[in-house]
Amino acid sequence: MPIADMSSNHPVIEVKDVHKSFKSVHAVCGVNLRIHEGQFVALLGPNGAGKTTLVEMIEGIQKPDSGDIFIMGKQWHGNADELHRIIGISLQETYFIDKLTVKETLRLFASFYDLNARRVDEIIEIIGLKEKRKSYVAHISGGQRQRLALGIALINSPKILLLDEPTTGLDPNARREIWEILLELKRQTRASLILTTHYMEEAQQLCDYIIIIDKGKILAEGTLSQLLKDDGGEKIIEYRKKTLDDVFTAMTGRRLDE
Amino acid sequence: MNKLIRTDQLVQLVIAHFKELIRQPEVIFWGFIFPILMSLGLGIAFSQKTDIVRSVAVIEKNNPSDTSRQHSIIDDFLNVHGDAIDPAHNKGAQRKLTLSDKRIGNTIFLFVKKDWQDAILLLKRGSVGVIMEEADGRIIYHFDPLNIDAQLSYLKLSNAFARPATGVEDNHEEVKPLTVRGTRYIDFLIPGLISMDLMMSIMWGMSYGMIERRSRKLLRRMVATPMKKSHFLAALMFVRIAMNFIESALLVLFAYLVFDVTIQGSAGALCLVFLAGNIAFGGIAIFVSSHTANTETGNGLINAVVLPMTVLSGVFFSYHNFPEWSIPFIQKLPLTLLADGIRSVFIEGAGIKEIILPSAILSAVGAVFFTVGLKTFKWH
Ligand SMILES: Nc1ncnc2c1ncn2[C@@H]1O[C@H](COP(=O)(O)OP(=O)(O)O)[C@@H](O)[C@H]1O
Ligand SMILES: [Mg+2]
Repeated sequence: MPIADMSSNHPVIEVKDVHKSFKSVHAVCGVNLRIHEGQFVALLGPNGAGKTTLVEMIEGIQKPDSGDIFIMGKQWHGNADELHRIIGISLQETYFIDKLTVKETLRLFASFYDLNARRVDEIIEIIGLKEKRKSYVAHISGGQRQRLALGIALINSPKILLLDEPTTGLDPNARREIWEILLELKRQTRASLILTTHYMEEAQQLCDYIIIIDKGKILAEGTLSQLLKDDGGEKIIEYRKKTLDDVFTAMTGRRLDE
Repeated sequence: MNKLIRTDQLVQLVIAHFKELIRQPEVIFWGFIFPILMSLGLGIAFSQKTDIVRSVAVIEKNNPSDTSRQHSIIDDFLNVHGDAIDPAHNKGAQRKLTLSDKRIGNTIFLFVKKDWQDAILLLKRGSVGVIMEEADGRIIYHFDPLNIDAQLSYLKLSNAFARPATGVEDNHEEVKPLTVRGTRYIDFLIPGLISMDLMMSIMWGMSYGMIERRSRKLLRRMVATPMKKSHFLAALMFVRIAMNFIESALLVLFAYLVFDVTIQGSAGALCLVFLAGNIAFGGIAIFVSSHTANTETGNGLINAVVLPMTVLSGVFFSYHNFPEWSIPFIQKLPLTLLADGIRSVFIEGAGIKEIILPSAILSAVGAVFFTVGLKTFKWH
């Protein structure tokens, strides 16, 4: 998707010079972001980079120490109910009520958005948990739980989707199932996505814009090919072999999955 | 969009909380079976009119060669009025004395011969309340005067030993045992148990449950939606209150069937004060659980609320035994208001008129705590 065309529109998410500290840790230091309709953005960085802190500030769960965040031009304060209705989120650590079934859990969340049981059936179809719909949440696998979390994020057909490490800890098959759901969403809707990950493959597969973040700062951002090109002046033929991991290592001297 | 009450949301929250609750098997035990077992145990312990049996230590003379010849008042008395018994089946006692009384029930004393040190040990352990000793041809009674039970044993024993001529049987013509409804211990106990159950079930079920949900990060995801926070808490309270009604109804039915405990006042008044108690403790529970995500801290906070009231509010025994100055304070505790209210309906035949004030106070207490709790509630 041509980025230049969309930057003229109003961004769906705008983050301006946001800072956040925990005691001695400066988790997010002066981040700026603009994300547009339909854009799929990866926040790529190692553990402790500040991805969760940044995403949770965008989600309104945490408050920035300074800086501004606008969702569809609106700030969280005073607009929480309205903004909750247009975003869908999945937290890094996902917990639901153990003693409810998959279907009951979705039905409960549907009611928060004034949606009914029909939407629940649609979502169960989308996330492929039809066989597991009557299982207690406590009894489903990690991959199925992540799909349930994704289903809950999608239940209100959000304009903005924020997923914090949706595939961490999953085996390659389970990971690919989640990717399929997201790629299908990209084909079908105009929703925007921010996804955090420390798997460069995930960023490459799903996202058309990648932001590399470490120690609370954005190190580089752009499309995959831009990022690969920016680093050093190697010949085009070699670009294909180079990966984002190399880009990260060149900038920090460390590896992404360290 | 911003309606005051979102019905479907509220209904779904109630269904979810309810399913979560009943799918935990321990809920059935602690909620339904335990209170009934407790009332059964306490009811039997205090309501069966069997013989009162008390052990008494008698000090043996240190000098065994002398003892056989020496004249002993206690032995002589027991040889005449008491019965020889097998120590192996009678807590080591060789003699027993039965004071029979048709009106107030029999009292049986078991006499155990011990030296002074062993006797004191038995007293410390609570096996005996009174130690009898002979000196200069007189009987000396050793006991703790603060121990009412020991005092009663002393009075009965000294009376029997001082006036063997009148016989140990004593029919108190002036005693009229009460058989009026509502005067037995079980009548006092059941309303107390209902009140305590209500408090425990709300404080542990709701308050602890909420702290646990927060510590397991269950609340975070829910509040990142347009869910109304007040609905979440109200649904939680509603489910708990409904369970409490069922639990207490079972307890009342059980007490009626087994102990013939009846509600003398109006059932409507009982429901009213019971509901008000639920509101009061529901509010307190939300307030107590509004901040901490640490279950240890939660334990401490809940105990800090529950323990003083369990002791002070007259659940098991009347609070009128506490010092005079403390009674006005005790009477203002929510559990006291509740227990006194429920008790007045059960045994004094109170109706709506008598119950309206304590019910209003309890509801107001609940509303205040609920509001403050909701305002300061930490969802993350
Ligand atoms: N609640 C918190 N209290 C203290 N430190 C925190 C807290 N949340 C995050 N941090 C710290 O902030 C930094 C960024 O954390 P996080 O945003 O979780 O990184 P990521 O999601 O990229 O792994 C880390 O050093 C982490 O230890
Ligand atoms: Mg993280």
